Amino acid sequence: MDNQTKSGPISDGALEEYRPYLLRYALLQLRDNTLAEDAVQETLLAALESRSKFSGKSSAKTWLTGILKHKIIDLFRKQAKEATQVSLEVELESGAGDFDLLFQPDGHWNTWPQAWADPLKNLENKKFWEIFEICAKLMPANTARAFMMREFLGSSTEEICKDMQISATNCWVMLYRARMSLRLCLEHNWFGGNFERK
Amino acid sequence: MLTCKEVSKLVSQSLDRRLSLVEWAGLRIHFLLCEGCRHFRQHMAFIRRACQRYPD
Repeated sequence: MDNQTKSGPISDGALEEYRPYLLRYALLQLRDNTLAEDAVQETLLAALESRSKFSGKSSAKTWLTGILKHKIIDLFRKQAKEATQVSLEVELESGAGDFDLLFQPDGHWNTWPQAWADPLKNLENKKFWEIFEICAKLMPANTARAFMMREFLGSSTEEICKDMQISATNCWVMLYRARMSLRLCLEHNWFGGNFERK
Repeated sequence: MLTCKEVSKLVSQSLDRRLSLVEWAGLRIHFLLCEGCRHFRQHMAFIRRACQRYPD
């Protein structure tokens, strides 16, 4: 998809080619088809309007993803204002102790984390990303949002606390749970070797 | 000495905030002795890297 010419404006058709990629990206973050489609639509419209500003220094994909990230952050902020704090509190409370079972009472691992063989090579594997997406979607909604803001949209924890109106401690707790669940899911479904990787 | 459970939390937090010197030293000592937690730290680093590269 990165066959964009280095200079000159991008044609409508070329922009349209990025729609499936952008939709997949938006869907992972927003978990809602309608919201994701709207965000992508707005992104492509914004790109059409400002395509003269696209320098060609970065790839068109990177440029479009940058616009989309801003749209997603706006949507998250809007959601945070509309959503009741209750669901977040329930999620924080009900998730407490979720990962206790991974540890013995004295705090040692029950099952020691094993080395993941040549992990960076997996980033080239399409199937790895399918599993990654499935795993990411298993996180509870608010936990996922904190994680997406932190790792995909580049927000600081301060920004996440402010946007989601949670304390720094709760923010760290949510990010911890997000990473733990993603790690566990990847270990079981990918690195554990139960999956045909060819 | 930190437990593996505490280490897992600190490793995650080290991705979000600057650890205190005591916390940092506690992690270093634990990693020297605990292979499982060294792997865990690599997994966390990999997850961050993966998110940054999604999807090429």
